[in-house]
Amino acid sequence: MKEALLPFFEWCDATALASYIQQSQWLFPFIEAFHLVAFAALGGAALLVDLRLLGVLLKDQPVAQLAKDARPWFWGALALMFVSGGLLFVSETTKLYYNDPFWSKMRFLFLGILFTITIRRKVINMDSIKVGHWAKVVSLVNIVLWSGVAWGGRWIGFW
Amino acid sequence: MSLLPLMEWLDTHAWSTALHESLYMYPLTESIHVWGLALFAGFAMALDLRLLGVFLPSVPVSTVANKLLPWTIAGFIVMVVSGAMLLYAIPIRTYLSVWFRLKVILLILAGINVWIFHSGIYLKVKEWDLAKRPPVRARFAGAASLLLWAIIIFSGRMIAYNWFDCDRQPQSSFVNWFAGCPDDLEGNLHG
Repeated sequence: MKEALLPFFEWCDATALASYIQQSQWLFPFIEAFHLVAFAALGGAALLVDLRLLGVLLKDQPVAQLAKDARPWFWGALALMFVSGGLLFVSETTKLYYNDPFWSKMRFLFLGILFTITIRRKVINMDSIKVGHWAKVVSLVNIVLWSGVAWGGRWIGFW
Repeated sequence: MSLLPLMEWLDTHAWSTALHESLYMYPLTESIHVWGLALFAGFAMALDLRLLGVFLPSVPVSTVANKLLPWTIAGFIVMVVSGAMLLYAIPIRTYLSVWFRLKVILLILAGINVWIFHSGIYLKVKEWDLAKRPPVRARFAGAASLLLWAIIIFSGRMIAYNWFDCDRQPQSSFVNWFAGCPDDLEGNLHG
C-alpha cells in the first residue's frame, strides 16, 4: 500500500508548487501556523459535541441541534486543514514518506472522518434514551481518534 | 526591568536541560500544548462566534458563557502549565524571542478584552441573552477575541523559527530592541 504511493510522493516533490514552498523561508511556517489556528476551531467544534454526548456539557441542549450548529464549523475548519495541510504535504513528501507519525496521523484521520460520518452521526440523530451509555463510548472513541490526528501531526516535526 | 537574570538562573537548572534534551518529554509537552488548543482556544472561539451571532443562535449567550467556562478554564490551565514547561526548557532563547514577546503582549490584550466585556456589556446580558445579533459592543468583543487568539496561536508557532534570534546578527535595531538582545550575548541561546 505504502510502496504503491511512492510515485505519487515523488511526483508531488517535482511540482512547481513544492519547489515554490521549499524555496521560501516564510511560506512553510506561515502555512503551518495557519494549519494550527484551523486546528483549534476544528478541535473546538468536535469537542463541544463530544462533551455533550459524554453528558458533561450543555446537558439541557438537544444533542442533534447542537451537532447541527457545530457541523458547518467542523467541516469548514476541516476544509481549511486540508488545504493548508495539503500545501505542507506537497512541500515535504520526500520526508513524510519515511515519517512514521505522518502515516499514523493519516490512519487516525481516515478513521476519524469515517467514524464521524457513520456511527457518531447515527448516535447523534438517535433518541438519546435508546442510545443510553453508548453515547459516552462514541464520544470517547471520537476524542481518541481526533487526538491521534493532532498528536501525530505534532510529532511529524520531531521525527 | 529585565527578567534575563531570572531566565539565566532557570537555564542553570538541571531539570531545564533535562526537559529540553529529553527525547520524549519535550515533544510530549509540545503535543499537550497543541492538544490543549482544541479545548481552550476552540471553546473561546465558540463563545466568540456566539457573540457574533453565527453559532448556537438558539442558545442564550449566558448559557453558552457559563457552561463553557469551566472547560475553557481547564483548557487554560493545561495551556499555562505546558507553556510554562516549554519556557522552562528553553528559557533564555524564548525570553529573547520577538514572537514570544508579541505573544505575551497579545495575551495581555486578550485578558483586557475579557475584562472589558465582563465588566461592561455582559453585566446587562439578560437584556440581549437571546438576541440572534448581540449588541455591537458584544460583537466587537467576540471579533477582537477571535483575531487576538488567531495571532497568539500564530506567534506561538513562530517561536520555533530563529529568523530574529539575537545570535543571528545583523538584525534591524527594532528587532534587537524588541527582542531585548543584550549587548554582551555570549554562548548559545538554547541552554
